[in-house]
Amino acid sequence: MELLDGELELRVIQKLEGHTDRVWGLAWNPAATGVTGMLASCSGDKTVRIWQKGPSGSWDCSAVLEDTHARTVRSCAWSPSGKLLATASFDGTTAVWEHVGGEFECVATLEGHENEVKGVSWNASGSLLATCARDKTVWIWEAQPGNEFECVSVLQGHTQDVKMVQWHPFLDVLVSVSYDNSVKVWTEDGDDDWHCVQTLGEASSGHTSTVWALSFNSVGDRMVTCSDDLTLKIWDTSQNPSETSGDGCGSWSHLCTLSGYHDRTIFSVHWSREGLIVSGAADDAIRLFTESKDSLVDQPSYKMLVKKEKAHDMDVNSVQWNLKEPRLLASASDDGTIKIWELSEVSK
Amino acid sequence: MINAHPVVHAKKERVARSEDLHSDDALDALDVFDILPPVASSICFLLDLSTELLEFDSVRDIKDPEHPYSLEQLSVLSEESITVDEKLGRIKIIFTPTVKHCSMATVIGLCLRVKLIQSFPPHFKVDINVSPGSLADEEAVNKLLNDKERVCAALENPSLRQLVDECLYSNELYSL
Repeated sequence: MELLDGELELRVIQKLEGHTDRVWGLAWNPAATGVTGMLASCSGDKTVRIWQKGPSGSWDCSAVLEDTHARTVRSCAWSPSGKLLATASFDGTTAVWEHVGGEFECVATLEGHENEVKGVSWNASGSLLATCARDKTVWIWEAQPGNEFECVSVLQGHTQDVKMVQWHPFLDVLVSVSYDNSVKVWTEDGDDDWHCVQTLGEASSGHTSTVWALSFNSVGDRMVTCSDDLTLKIWDTSQNPSETSGDGCGSWSHLCTLSGYHDRTIFSVHWSREGLIVSGAADDAIRLFTESKDSLVDQPSYKMLVKKEKAHDMDVNSVQWNLKEPRLLASASDDGTIKIWELSEVSK
Repeated sequence: MINAHPVVHAKKERVARSEDLHSDDALDALDVFDILPPVASSICFLLDLSTELLEFDSVRDIKDPEHPYSLEQLSVLSEESITVDEKLGRIKIIFTPTVKHCSMATVIGLCLRVKLIQSFPPHFKVDINVSPGSLADEEAVNKLLNDKERVCAALENPSLRQLVDECLYSNELYSL
């Protein structure tokens, strides 16, 4: 990471315009061909847009997925193979789209949540899909042949709406974050029976207001969460919660809290493969953090690397690192635009 | 009826303002106040409609308060309760529901938010809170009113949207 020793800056490569309402979510296709891949964005305009880098080098909208969701599309997620895109909507459904020959076709609609679906995530193998909603539940769906999805479990435990779900990068361990200020960890007991193995709440040095998002580092031994309490929290997730005894003793623990940076709700956080944490917030700013060099193993500390104020004209709702090009970043905002950023050293 | 005889305060006299809000004139608290319509006159509208929308459903027993007064007269809002930081683009509003368990607080708050979003440049950040001690579930109401995802979802709900629109635009109706 020597490159990161110099002074760094985020430079806008392109502003993507097309959505006619706030942009809520972004997802880079993990398998798209080409170095820079394919980006999906979802919006309050009820559509999903697919963006690809054209021959001219500029990013263009290559497809608009519309006429399926009746309300805001809150979030989207690609399957690990990059062939399927799942979209979660305030209309109470989750749609699954198949990417065939440049076209996107809605191949499944997952119904069951009582109201707004807010988050969707595929597990590492692509065999399971998790969704979460304002109805306080998390649903786990099993992908079956022929693009059929069967609900295998409805997880109850949160006392308020669930803002986001995210699978561990390689374990079948699911994490959910909520308006009830808590983070919950769910595992399966080997018999299709899913249950909450740990709750990271205020008593575990957790957040004191709505938790909006989470992200794991690439090896899955640390997790970062962001909140309306204006902090980011780093958690030690090196223990496999499926293997700990059921004595009620939690296996994941709080490592440190990053506070005093954003001054309005932090909506999005994403950990890059290179170890950089990016956060986007309602203060219109994007910030990058990295672990300090003098950080201790059991008491790590993180420092801010880059602050980009006025990254957008309005709230930043989503920040996502490109999966192949580690210094390429996308952000989405209430201003209806998406920006592609490059992290580079400040030229002297 | 919970609050049959609300305390009615005299409306403050103020110099008529004719400037366009989006003109170059500096925005101040008075501007914010002026753009808020006499919302309370239409609150009776709200109370007849379903109130499960925001998960605060104890309004059912309120039938028709028929308060033909403005929010200012009911002391729901006053100039002092509105702070505008034009430089930072931030507006802070503290309103006081007229009854302790006023479950309409969330709807009033939603109306205030929609009105402000419509009336100010989009980059303004709006914080809306009930005044301390004015509601039993004050923390829950404040949290809901300032969760933009919940607000967006609420406004996509057709019945709630209608509620808010009626609250904001029915003054003409009443003055006929």
